[in-house]
Amino acid sequence: MMAETKKGYEKSPRIQKLIDALYEKMPEIESKRAVLITESYQQTEGEPIISRRSKAFEHIAKNLPIVIRENELIVGSATIAERGCQTFPEFSFDWLIAELDTVETRSADPFYISEEAKNELRKVHSYWKGKTTSELADYYMAPETKLAMEHNVFTPGNYFYNGVGHITVQYDKVIAIGYEGIKEEVFSRKKELQLGDADYASRLDFYHAVIRSCDAAILYAKRYAMEAKRLALICQDEKRKHELLTIAKNCERVPAKGATTFYEACQAFWFVQLLLQIESSGHSISPGRFDQYLYPYYKADLEAGRITGEQAQEIIDCIFVKLNDINKCRDAASAEGFAGYGMFQNMIVGGQDSNGRDATNELSFMVLEAAMHTMLPQPSLSIRVWNGSPHDLLIKAAEVTRTGIGLPAYYNDEVIIPAMMSKGATMEEARSYNIIGCVEPQVPGKTDGWHDAAFFNMCRPLEMVFSGGYEDGKLVGVPTGSVENHTTFEAFYDAYKKQMEYFISLLVNADNAIDMAHAKLCPLPFESSMVEDCIGRGLCVQEGGAKYNFTGPQGFGIANMTDSLYAIKKLVYEEGKVGITEMKEALLHNFGMPTKNASVSVSSHPSIDIELAGQITVEIVKNLREHGKEPSEKEIEQILKTVLEEKNKNTENPLSTRVAGSSDNRLRYQEILQMIEELPKYGNDILSIDEFAREIAYTYTKPLQKYKNPRGGVYQAGLYPVSANVPLGQQTGATPDGRLAYTPIADGVGPAPGRDVQGPTAAANSVARLDHMDATNGTLYNQKFHPSALQGRGGLEKFVALIRAFFDQKGMHVQFNVVSRETLVDAQKHPENYKHLVVRVAGYSALFTTLSRSLQDDIINRTTQGF
Amino acid sequence: MDDLNVKGRIFDIQRYSIHDGNGIRTIVFLKGCAFRCRWCCNPESQEYEIQKMKVQGKDKTIGKDVTVSEVLQEVLKDRNYYLRSGGGVTLSGGEALCQPDFTYHLLHACKEEGLHTAMESTAFAKFTVIDRILPVLDQYLMDIKHMNSEKHQLFTGQSNELVLENAEKIAASGKTELIIRVPVIPTFNHTDAEIAAIAEFAGSLPGVKEMNLLPYHRLGSDKYDGLNREYLLKGIMPPMIEEMERLKKVAERHSGLIVKIGG
Repeated sequence: MMAETKKGYEKSPRIQKLIDALYEKMPEIESKRAVLITESYQQTEGEPIISRRSKAFEHIAKNLPIVIRENELIVGSATIAERGCQTFPEFSFDWLIAELDTVETRSADPFYISEEAKNELRKVHSYWKGKTTSELADYYMAPETKLAMEHNVFTPGNYFYNGVGHITVQYDKVIAIGYEGIKEEVFSRKKELQLGDADYASRLDFYHAVIRSCDAAILYAKRYAMEAKRLALICQDEKRKHELLTIAKNCERVPAKGATTFYEACQAFWFVQLLLQIESSGHSISPGRFDQYLYPYYKADLEAGRITGEQAQEIIDCIFVKLNDINKCRDAASAEGFAGYGMFQNMIVGGQDSNGRDATNELSFMVLEAAMHTMLPQPSLSIRVWNGSPHDLLIKAAEVTRTGIGLPAYYNDEVIIPAMMSKGATMEEARSYNIIGCVEPQVPGKTDGWHDAAFFNMCRPLEMVFSGGYEDGKLVGVPTGSVENHTTFEAFYDAYKKQMEYFISLLVNADNAIDMAHAKLCPLPFESSMVEDCIGRGLCVQEGGAKYNFTGPQGFGIANMTDSLYAIKKLVYEEGKVGITEMKEALLHNFGMPTKNASVSVSSHPSIDIELAGQITVEIVKNLREHGKEPSEKEIEQILKTVLEEKNKNTENPLSTRVAGSSDNRLRYQEILQMIEELPKYGNDILSIDEFAREIAYTYTKPLQKYKNPRGGVYQAGLYPVSANVPLGQQTGATPDGRLAYTPIADGVGPAPGRDVQGPTAAANSVARLDHMDATNGTLYNQKFHPSALQGRGGLEKFVALIRAFFDQKGMHVQFNVVSRETLVDAQKHPENYKHLVVRVAGYSALFTTLSRSLQDDIINRTTQGF
Repeated sequence: MDDLNVKGRIFDIQRYSIHDGNGIRTIVFLKGCAFRCRWCCNPESQEYEIQKMKVQGKDKTIGKDVTVSEVLQEVLKDRNYYLRSGGGVTLSGGEALCQPDFTYHLLHACKEEGLHTAMESTAFAKFTVIDRILPVLDQYLMDIKHMNSEKHQLFTGQSNELVLENAEKIAASGKTELIIRVPVIPTFNHTDAEIAAIAEFAGSLPGVKEMNLLPYHRLGSDKYDGLNREYLLKGIMPPMIEEMERLKKVAERHSGLIVKIGG
């Protein structure tokens, strides 16, 4: 018999109490931060922005209501309400004002908001008109870019409307020397300044802002110390009184000074984590290698007999609960894309140290244990795997996976370390990498990676090839001419690449506009105090103060694009079974299948009628051009309008006949669909198809990686959609791979849903054939397993072997949903029984019942693998 | 003779099989079987002839003639997974021994590639046929369904003498790791006495260390409709987990072996 896995520490009863309290009520929006920042901004008009930002942060730290929740050992909350959120009008506010009355009842991520808070928000928001990063970004963006965004080719919504986040700061440094230590460093830099220095004024201002921010953080913690003392005074329970006094002592010391114990170090960590999210609204603020930077404190305490394993476990568990106390309200459309109240605070264990030795320690195991104790979506827990990873650690991780919580995500050091070195990291830095947000590797404490800069739908440029770059009568893409003109596959593929390159340039235009807006209006002095080399350079993160700067937008739809281009190549150009015009018509008519309604909330995508009207308009315009007339944009719009009106007036006109499609046509469309279905597909370990997928991924990654951002860094590509494949799929017509109009696009770099029929090893082999090292902003591969695949020690062993073998072939990332289909269907029917059911949704874990219905369906429909 | 060009008839290759033998395995299903077990979950495997079966309303061709080389190519795709998990290839069916030449050459070719080999089989063949295969077979997963020959005959279409005799010979040869597997079928062999009898026999075989009890399931019952055949075990429920646990104890007591539920 094989040995059972090593048993971890018991779960303290306190943890369940904390969790129950946290989930008792619906999350709530509070208005206090918005009020405070507005007050401060009104008093600092005309001052340099960095100074205004630090004063606002100070004002908030001084006055934001604080609360110590019952049973807490680690304290600090952004809101009075559990899982509440503050708002950030300096980034955007229009959407919030528009949604104040619907945010409580929307399907994805609803929030309660009191009438009083609504009124306060309405009041302060009048101040922000014309002052937000989103408005400035909009001003900076080119009209072509905006048009492409209106047509849903890509969406940079994340940073367009919110703070950036997506960072791992120097937690280790704050824990070791405190903000007083950081201030010392700034003071000594300040002393070096010479009045005649070219950047004297801006540097000095930056240093003052950093010092003010550090003081604000210290002050904020002291308020908790006082509150803990106050509560201790009135506490009847001796044990709790003692706990509160210890909390007071902790908050008195950290994060002002360096931590002297593990408990203090954990409290210091938490203040950093919390205050970063109070300063800015960004998500994916990632704790990173928690097991590494806290281990020295644990070890010292253990050796000195100051702590037991059980006590340390309880504190780690408390931090896990706290990570779920942080929340964020997004606009309704983004909420669909990031569904599940995702905060993406990525914590990672294991892997190599900077010298290339295995870094696993006792805390690595305890962090995994904490995930099992809490069973909550945060943190986004990750594990680094390399050839020398201890088997025990992987078995422990597999045990966590088996619980069905969807954690941890597995990352391959053997791919990521060289990939990072190819982007300029030293070997030591690359070995110390951690993951930001979903799957994005970076050097901790030194990187501003803009890792989630946009989602780029690779299927839309294909639609543009069929429409010659036009939509709704407007030139949205490149005029690649009538699709019928492409007489070879090479010509067709060239047109696709042209469309891709054009839209990628627009994506860069959008991201750079937003980037500049953040630098101009929302520099973050507090964050900058903890990112190398901001203090050295005298620049904040948003101005390029970090040692490494990237912009990482995600392309998605590899599977659909591979299968689509293969279908065109095979059926149209090689075998001649389907004419290109027929294919175009079949797509426009959704292969003769009924069309699923496009999403009402976010879609501005034309119905098929409008799309057809657009095509007719293009024909008319082409005719005009052939007759030597060049219609203006206005005229083209008028033509489209006329075509549409004509259609509405007269249902017998040719347009509507085409829409309905004769039954002959419908049969032919279905024949075409049948032919497509019989073709080999990506995800089945077919070398030629997988090589094709690799090429197609390059159509996104290669052109993108030529570009630079305003912070002096370069673009790096990621290949995954988080969960944007569902809402953005709702804005994409039928594709030649047989995907029906407005249905989800394939998730991550995995095969399209249901098309991998050879099982998980075959699918994994296909995925491993992509050039993961080229996509340095991360790739994402989801597999779903039935729990029986992980039964017993034998099941765990085989599961670990599967991961190892996938990684032997240079897979970069893999994560697993282990939950039965029945469970999910039942959870849809009886959400009240599944309040805690966590599923892995493309890069993060979410509470299943909080996801929108369509995303729930997508998860259920993913191929269940295991038997 | 060159292994690679030898031809055989299969009806499926299933990768990532984790419930049949060591590690992650690829199962090659050979077509044709001398038994007609009523519970058989692969009824399309029984006839050697290539046939049609309705699957979700559509005709599907069952059976395909392939060379050892073609099968090997497919099997080798998961070599990384075998290496990491201690897995390999498993022949199943049907009954692999119905195609002795193909079976021998396929297993031989797999051994030449350094793969771990296993076979699920009833050992219903002349021992000379089996003996030729044993040197290239690492693990023999052998079904023993019932100790009473008449009942065996009634439910499988064949008597059990040859099966039991071969089990003893295979065990005595010491050439392969022999594991005894018992499909636990309500109304056929699910009583304590019936399981105990098989267990005693399994325990008496030299070198055998492990015995598996495979609970009856109905996952193959739809296929009978697709083949236009009647499913004779209609209405029989799979055994409850408690019942399996009880039988496991019975088997342990009577065999002295490690007994597992499932593969």
